[in-house]
Amino acid sequence: MIRVVLPAHLRTLARISGELELSVDGKITQRSVVDALEQRFPTLRGTIRDHTTKKRRPYIRFFACEKDLSHDSLDAPLPESVASGTEPLLIVGAIAGG
Amino acid sequence: MSSVRVLVGTRKGAFILSADGKRENWDVSGPHFGGWEIYHVKGSPADPQRLYASQTSSWFGQVVQRSNDGGQTWEPVGNKFEYAGVPGTHQWYDGTARPWEFKRVWHFEPSLNDPDTVYAGVEDAALFRTTDAGQNWEELSGLREHKTGSSWQPGAGGMCLHTILLDPKNAQRMFVAISAAGAFRSDDAGKTWKPINQGLRSEFIPDPTAEVGHCVHRIAMHPSRPDVLFMQKHWDVLRSDNAGEMWTEVSGNLPSDFGFPIDVHAHEPETIYVVPIKSDSEHFPPEGKLRVYRSRSGGHEWEALTNGLPQKDCYVNVLRDAMAVDSLDSCGVYFGTTGGQVYASSDAGDSWKPIVRDLPAVLSVEVQTLA
Repeated sequence: MIRVVLPAHLRTLARISGELELSVDGKITQRSVVDALEQRFPTLRGTIRDHTTKKRRPYIRFFACEKDLSHDSLDAPLPESVASGTEPLLIVGAIAGG
Repeated sequence: MSSVRVLVGTRKGAFILSADGKRENWDVSGPHFGGWEIYHVKGSPADPQRLYASQTSSWFGQVVQRSNDGGQTWEPVGNKFEYAGVPGTHQWYDGTARPWEFKRVWHFEPSLNDPDTVYAGVEDAALFRTTDAGQNWEELSGLREHKTGSSWQPGAGGMCLHTILLDPKNAQRMFVAISAAGAFRSDDAGKTWKPINQGLRSEFIPDPTAEVGHCVHRIAMHPSRPDVLFMQKHWDVLRSDNAGEMWTEVSGNLPSDFGFPIDVHAHEPETIYVVPIKSDSEHFPPEGKLRVYRSRSGGHEWEALTNGLPQKDCYVNVLRDAMAVDSLDSCGVYFGTTGGQVYASSDAGDSWKPIVRDLPAVLSVEVQTLA
C-alpha cells in the first residue's frame, strides 16, 4: 500500500481525515498514484491536475523523502521507500496567498 | 408564512442567511466550504431546494457543489469545463493572442423550469450548460466562436462571462454580458449570438462605439418586460427598450455613474437600483458615503437611499453579482460589500440594516423567496 498525505482542503473534499493508504497497480509513479487517487475519490478530479492535459496544477507540489519531486517526469518511479509504504507521498498546496 | 433565504458567496466560503417574511431576525449558516472562494450560489426557480455553488481556489481549481435540501447538505458534482473543439485565442491585456483557458465559474443561472438544467458563465469567457444537474457540462460554443471572439480582451478582473439572463417569455432568447467584450443576445437558445452594444460609448477603447470591447459590468431585467434591459457599464448606466438593439444613457443625476451591480424592483419594472462608486481607479463610494441610488422612472432621475447605511468613512465596494431583490409584497433589496457586510432593506430601499457585518469580502448575493 502507498501512503499519501493530502492538503487539508482536499481531505475535506474527499471526506477523509489524516493520511490515507492507497492500493496502486503496476509501477509506482506520480501518474499511477494520482490515477488511483482519482479513481477512489472522483471528487478530487481536476483539483490536483488538469482533467485533460494531466498537468499538475501550478500551486500543487509532490514531496517525498525530503525531496521535491514536482518537476520529475510523471512516469518516473517514485522512491523505493514510497513504493514500499515506508514513507508517504506528500501532496502539498503551496504556501502562498491569503 | 413566506420566508427568505439569502445565498452569499465570499472570498472564504458561502453563507446562508434565513429569515421569515418580516425579515427582522436572521439565522446565519456557514461558512460552507470554508477557505474557498465562492463566486456564486444560486437556487433553481423550479425547485428552490436545489442550489448550485461555484467553489474555486487558485490552488485546487474549480469545484461545483449541489444541494438538494436548501443548503443543509452538499455534494460535489462535475467540474470538467472543456472548451469545444480547438479553442483558439483571444487578446491579452497587451494585445497579443492568448489561448482560451478555463479559470473559474463566475455565475450559475438555473433554468426557469428544470432544476437539472443550469447555465454557467465562466472565465475565460464562455457559456456552458448542464442538463443532468451538474454531472456533465457542455459548452455552447457559438458564443465564443462569434467572429469577434478572437478580439475580446479581459477586464481588470479577468475575461469573465458574469451575467446570464433568461427570457421568461421566450425560451429561445437569452442575454449574457462579458467583461470586457460587451453584451450579447441569442434568439435560438444559445446556438448563435449577436453583440448588442449599439448606443454604448466607452472612451477607454480606440473606437468608443465599437461593436465589441465594452466593459459591461452587469445587466438586469424585470421578468414581466424582458425586452427592457438595464445596464451598469464600467462608466454609464443605460437602458434598452428593444432587447438590446439600442441603448440609451440614463445616468442622470447620479454622483458617479461608475459602479458594478444594477437590479430591478420585484413589482415595479421601472424602479431600479445602483450603487455608485467613485471611479475606476478608486473603487469606493464617493465621499466615503455608502449610498444606494434608486430611480422610480427607469433612470435619469435618481434618489439617494442612505437610511441605515454608513455616511462617513466608508470605503467598501459592492461587486457586480452582490445585489438581489426578493419578491415579497414589500420588495426586499439586499447587497454585500467587500468589507463583509450584507445589508437588507425590507421596504424597497427606504431603510437598511446589516444582517451580518463581519463576513469575508462578499462576491455574490442571491435571494430566494420561499412560500
